Amino acid sequence: MKLMNKILRYEIHNTIRNKWVIIYAFFFFFVGYALFAFSGDVNKAYISLMNIVLIIIPIVSLIFGSIYLYNSREFVEMMLSQPIDRKSLFLGIYFGTTIPLSLSWAAGIFIPYLLFAKNYQQFDGLIMLIIIGTALSFVFTAIAFLISIRQDDKAKGLGFSLMIWLLLAVIYDGLILLVVYFFEDYPLEKVMIGLSITNPIDLARIIFLIKFNISALMGYTGAVFQNFFGSMLGIFISIFFLLIWIVVPIFLSTKSFSKKDF
Amino acid sequence: MWIKIFKRTLLTIIISSLCFTSNLFSNEIIVSEKSPIKSINHAIQIAEAGDKIFIKSGYYAEGNIIVDKQITIIGTDDPVIDGKDDGEIFTVTADNVQISGLVIKNSGTSYLKENAGIRLEEVSNCRISNNKFVNNFFAIYLAKSSSCEISNNYIVGVKKRESNSGNGIHLWYCRDVSINNNTILNHRDGIYFEFVRNGRIRNNYSEGNLRYGLHFMFSDSCEYRENTFENNGAGVAVMYTKNVLMEKNYFRHNWGTASYGILLKDISDSKISFNQFEENTVGIFIEGCSRILVQKNDFRKNGWAIKLMANSMGNIFNENNFIANSFDVSTNSKQNFNTFEKNYWSSYSGYDLNKDGYGDVPFRPVTMFSMIVEKQPTSLILLNGLFIKLLDVAESIIPALTPEALTDSKPRMRMINEKSDF
Amino acid sequence: MKNLTFDGLIEIINLKKFFGKTEVLKNINLSIEAGKVTAIVGPNGSGKTTLIKSVLGLVKPSSGMIEVDGENINNNFTYRNKIGYMPQIARYPENLTANELLSLVKQLRNSSDLNAGDLIKSFKLSDELEKPFKNLSGGTKQKVSATIAFAFNPKIYFLDEPTAGLDPVSSSFFKDLVLKEKQNKKTIVLTSHIMSEVQELADEIVFLLEGEIRFKGTIDSLLQNQKETKLERAIAELMNEAMP
Repeated sequence: MKLMNKILRYEIHNTIRNKWVIIYAFFFFFVGYALFAFSGDVNKAYISLMNIVLIIIPIVSLIFGSIYLYNSREFVEMMLSQPIDRKSLFLGIYFGTTIPLSLSWAAGIFIPYLLFAKNYQQFDGLIMLIIIGTALSFVFTAIAFLISIRQDDKAKGLGFSLMIWLLLAVIYDGLILLVVYFFEDYPLEKVMIGLSITNPIDLARIIFLIKFNISALMGYTGAVFQNFFGSMLGIFISIFFLLIWIVVPIFLSTKSFSKKDF
Repeated sequence: MWIKIFKRTLLTIIISSLCFTSNLFSNEIIVSEKSPIKSINHAIQIAEAGDKIFIKSGYYAEGNIIVDKQITIIGTDDPVIDGKDDGEIFTVTADNVQISGLVIKNSGTSYLKENAGIRLEEVSNCRISNNKFVNNFFAIYLAKSSSCEISNNYIVGVKKRESNSGNGIHLWYCRDVSINNNTILNHRDGIYFEFVRNGRIRNNYSEGNLRYGLHFMFSDSCEYRENTFENNGAGVAVMYTKNVLMEKNYFRHNWGTASYGILLKDISDSKISFNQFEENTVGIFIEGCSRILVQKNDFRKNGWAIKLMANSMGNIFNENNFIANSFDVSTNSKQNFNTFEKNYWSSYSGYDLNKDGYGDVPFRPVTMFSMIVEKQPTSLILLNGLFIKLLDVAESIIPALTPEALTDSKPRMRMINEKSDF
Repeated sequence: MKNLTFDGLIEIINLKKFFGKTEVLKNINLSIEAGKVTAIVGPNGSGKTTLIKSVLGLVKPSSGMIEVDGENINNNFTYRNKIGYMPQIARYPENLTANELLSLVKQLRNSSDLNAGDLIKSFKLSDELEKPFKNLSGGTKQKVSATIAFAFNPKIYFLDEPTAGLDPVSSSFFKDLVLKEKQNKKTIVLTSHIMSEVQELADEIVFLLEGEIRFKGTIDSLLQNQKETKLERAIAELMNEAMP
């Protein structure tokens, strides 16, 4: 734990100065600025921001995460020749990457909110956006790390990261739609809930829908989803699944990292 | 000199005639615990046409009170008339009756009889104003009456189940009735019309009713202006009617599995304009309607701004603002016989090269996803997903599922500002 | 008196390592004596670096056992406190500075006897310490590596091609440094392709070919065996014998 904190501090120091992390922060700053200053309605800004968060954060976390770990290879070797255990080193690097990455985009939207959102309305929405985006950063950096530990070939690893993104962000929803059409005669609401919470992007999207697109979700089927995700049990299960999505890849990648030859 | 005499004579005549009139037609009867006349029934019994009955502050529980004379009943300092949850309270059977200033409560819930706080039965020229109705089965009930006015009443029910709750203001076979400035809360339907002609409903506030904020059927040539319908179980329902004018009303937060800003069923030759629809599950649901002009309305943040069923035709949607709705227009068919023109759509992303204020590319308000959701409601869970967005983009380039004819060929580039453009 | 004989001894017993199906190390048994300079030589791909990395714990053995200074290195990381390592290629996180890296290693080692000052002076690194690594040349990074390896006064050194990127002046200084540590009775393991360097520095030589040890002994005994005066030729002959 002590060793991990030492690595963590250095990693944060290193990552926060990474030009891509800075560009990432500025990207969200300008998007946030444009939305908060010009859309007039904070809710509308949140919906647009959420759409961006749901697309950008997973793909940036995946690509940045895997490139970062590939580029840290020599650093890892260097550190491993020092008296430190592999788990501490790995977790130090993981949190040292995800924390600055999350801080970067969160600051990117928080500052324009403070500067431009009128009357600071809907602060809870901003907090929710930041929590969900941070959870997604943790999930997809963990997946990226798992991929780059298992796959030594950088090009293949990046390709695989992109595939994972494409699968979870796009193809998965297409498959759900196919399921809906194939089994149209069956009551599918529960199946849909099950399918949605097993995909972190869908899960994040639905949690947000319930907060901000409530009108559409009050329709007949929407109400079923609303009742589930709006209930304490639903919130608990959603959080549980998001945690699973963070913990399992971290666990697997720590294990792979411990066995890996450098 | 002559003039002076003439003036004096005229004055005498006027004064004496005033005295005569008041003496002959307008006795004032005071009902109070302290006065000799302690009950309203007693007062009505001794009253003659044209009399005024003043009911002083107090508590009166007299069962059914039948007003069968042309009298005016005025409450002072909020006298309470309690029906004790049994039967009807006031039954008016004479013309020219006016009732105001009373607190009327607890008319009896019944499955057989529609007990009201005040019932007007086959009368004309009556006025019910400035009363407070609390926990009545039906509050105000007009049957076969005409030229009456219901105004400035505050009507609140106790939310129960739909089956044992009655309507706030209920009209059946009436004509030339105006309903102004009333507040109706927590009844079954806020305002209910059946077979009404020439009703004028203005500046009422209807909130939290179990079923509809406003509900009318077979009621032609009525006008609804400046009313607010908020948080009603199923919004507003308008059925089997023609020549309806709905203007400057505010439909807000009508949320639920079958809830609408307005539900239009078999409506024709009507006009809906300058209304605001905000955060309703469905802004306007249109089924079997024709020749309706929907013009200069604002649709904001509704689940569906307009659901237009295929059996509707000849309707015109002009110069409306569609802002941040999850779905702007959805329909259940590839056919379309309605016109959309010059609306502002916040989801429009076209350009205006010739600077005439209208986009150069037509806008298709019906997305592919809205068609999918219409067929497979459970797919709603995919709302806002990237896959769905890609699908919608693909569909907007090469339409396959959405009605090709349903386009706005002149989408506005800027929102229509209420103050300057309306 | 300290018993120097067993101090810093490295024992490698039945070490095997597979990368996929290729056997990179074939049953290595090796005992590295304390207080001596042992050079591991062999052609590219013979397994030198893998062997060193196995001892460091960077590569996990497929089977076999490694002991460093009496400690089994399996599931152990504290033994690396006794080791200074210079990797073949020095690459570091590009935004970190040498100073930050030094202090990180210092913290990890919990070491107070940081004698980096002299090294920095000798390698003329003082002006480079605050620059991020992305602005440093390969040679400079190599000097930083050397500084980190030697700064903490470890018992054992692993130097993988240490002089490859160094200029002649630094290279010469570096060799003096190795000889000085040898006099301090440190155990030094190095690999090099420059045989004159090996001849200059090493006491013992381990010749590795295709994952097997083909010779282990003093340089003198190797020269005598092969009836040569130059180490380079002796090694070349060893290779020719192995691959006719």
